[in-house]
Amino acid sequence: MKTFVCIKYVPDTSEAEVKVNPDGTSVDSSRFSFDINDADNYAVEESVLIKEAHGGSVTIVSIGPKESEVMIRMALAKGADNAVRVEDSRIAAYDPLMVARTLAGVIKGQEFDLVLTGCMASDDGQMATGVALAELLGVSHAAMVKKLEILDGKVKAHRELEGGLMEVVELSLPAVITIQTGINEPRYAPIRGIREAQKKELKVVNLDDLGIAADQVDVSASKIVLEKLYIPEVVSKAEIIEGEPDEKAEKLASILVKGGLV
Amino acid sequence: MGNVFVLAEHRQGALRDITLEMLALAPGLAKDFGGEVEVLLLGSGVDALAEKLSGYGVKVLVVDDPLLADYNSDKYQKVLSALIDQRKPSLVMVGHTAQGVDMAPALAVEKDLPFVADVIDLKLEEGVLKATRQLYSGKVNATIAFKPADTYLVTVREAAFEAPDPSAAGSIEKIDSPLKEDLDYRKFVEYIEAEVGDVDITQSEVLVAIGRGLREDKNLPIIEELANTIKADLCGSRAAVDAGWLPHDRQVGTSGKSVKPKLYIALGISGAFQHVAGIKGAKTVVAVNKDPEAPIFAHADYAIVDDLLKIVPKLTEKLKELKG
Ligand SMILES: Cc1cc2nc3c(=O)[nH]c(=O)nc-3n(C[C@H](O)[C@H](O)[C@H](O)COP(=O)(O)OP(=O)(O)OC[C@H]3O[C@@H](n4cnc5c(N)ncnc54)[C@H](O)[C@@H]3O)c2cc1C
Repeated sequence: MKTFVCIKYVPDTSEAEVKVNPDGTSVDSSRFSFDINDADNYAVEESVLIKEAHGGSVTIVSIGPKESEVMIRMALAKGADNAVRVEDSRIAAYDPLMVARTLAGVIKGQEFDLVLTGCMASDDGQMATGVALAELLGVSHAAMVKKLEILDGKVKAHRELEGGLMEVVELSLPAVITIQTGINEPRYAPIRGIREAQKKELKVVNLDDLGIAADQVDVSASKIVLEKLYIPEVVSKAEIIEGEPDEKAEKLASILVKGGLV
Repeated sequence: MGNVFVLAEHRQGALRDITLEMLALAPGLAKDFGGEVEVLLLGSGVDALAEKLSGYGVKVLVVDDPLLADYNSDKYQKVLSALIDQRKPSLVMVGHTAQGVDMAPALAVEKDLPFVADVIDLKLEEGVLKATRQLYSGKVNATIAFKPADTYLVTVREAAFEAPDPSAAGSIEKIDSPLKEDLDYRKFVEYIEAEVGDVDITQSEVLVAIGRGLREDKNLPIIEELANTIKADLCGSRAAVDAGWLPHDRQVGTSGKSVKPKLYIALGISGAFQHVAGIKGAKTVVAVNKDPEAPIFAHADYAIVDDLLKIVPKLTEKLKELKG
């Protein structure tokens, strides 16, 4: 199995205040900590599990800044063989179709059996890149996969629908699979792997190196325009319980008991 | 030209809510585009569903074909692609659902359509179509303008719009299936139902829900003690289930369960739309979260901005005392 895994370096905004920059179309990410996108982490693990069970190789592909190399090295330490990092400010990164076109430019022309991506990036949340990539590569696909069985020249993909219901589909290879969280238990990188990862190939390329004309993936190529970002007004009807932690807990307890809620 | 396509979503004989939710948005847009709403219903033996849909005052275009008996994104894509060529709609609306996200991006690439995913609002402003969508799991909104095109494509967020009531009688038109043969590269195999666990959280009166904010499983005992004290069942976010703190049947949200308890206590849950879609039926929601900007607070009746590890033990102690 020759597998490509596309991963994204994303900010952790779950506990951080997000501020929009004065340009109105970007957020101030200077204080965020970045790491691999949650679903992509499961995709990396799945690719390494497949390699361990069936042989072959794993190539990591990521579009991102120099700092993201820490994340890429971590994937190499877990068992991926080599990596390509694309850095080019001309890519219209807000448009998943432009991102998919760039990724297709990296993969097209090379032999592969599988391309794995996360099913959703936690920052943009579009759930579009992987499925668009499959169409660009002209191969079959399945999105939101929570179990993957490798058969002879085929895969059985269990797509997670609602309420835990699974739709099982059979795809011929090559195929693009977008991985849902929970498909496996991502490992920690072993110390030896971390050392070896430093010696593995990590190629850095731009659009010119890939032979992609900038006007195929830049804002002029995109059919959508990011007009503005803004912080939505939160209309909360919530009663905010104030005080020291102990007071808050006590106030809540009385509200629940007096209101007959418990 | 001018018409708005709404792709009906159904499974195992039942329409899915998103179909009707999109009908809350489609008529206004069709009017602005100068056309009408056409609901596309793809399937095999779907007369009853067509009847039902036409009761919403829309035209239902039915493609009835044994090849469409089970949902298959690639077949849907082929049918949509042919219908877009034949009927040139101004807008195609698809649910941002497990079905929709598996198909729409590929259709956008194939037909070279301007495409925005997961829209929570859509308007035609002075001839320019503009979508609103969310980033950073709801902390930031984006306005996205479509460059002028003959046909636009969107996926629409679930539970973002209220389904309208049935209105006037519409019409039904049967269309020849553009599918010529079965596909060999993607085959539907089967549906596998979720395993049933020991507790059915959809029936629980009181739920204590945990999220990634719990940090480690060694913090579980304080949560269990709270739950025992108020006779609540435990449930949680997808992140809590992925972390192995809870079995899958305790997950609340779009890919988990929809719950309707009297009281829902969300501890360390950020409030991603996939989660809160599952608590719409909860009567009273309490949220404890360290982050004052957490989207969960928009869905709460009582809010505590603090560390759950500090709040929960004291809360349990006080509840024990009061209930004595
Ligand atoms: C197709 C699809 C389907 C999905 N289905 C579901 C679903 O059914 N259900 C679901 O829940 N999710 C679902 N998700 C995932 C969803 O997008 C979110 O990733 C998930 O809900 C986040 O879980 P969380 O709130 O526990 O974690 P996070 O978003 O990481 O939030 C953790 C929260 O804990 C707070 N916190 C941290 N420490 C503390 C502390 N000590 N005290 C108090 N608060 C603290 C933080 O401020 C933060 O708000 C789905 C995603 C996809 C792509």
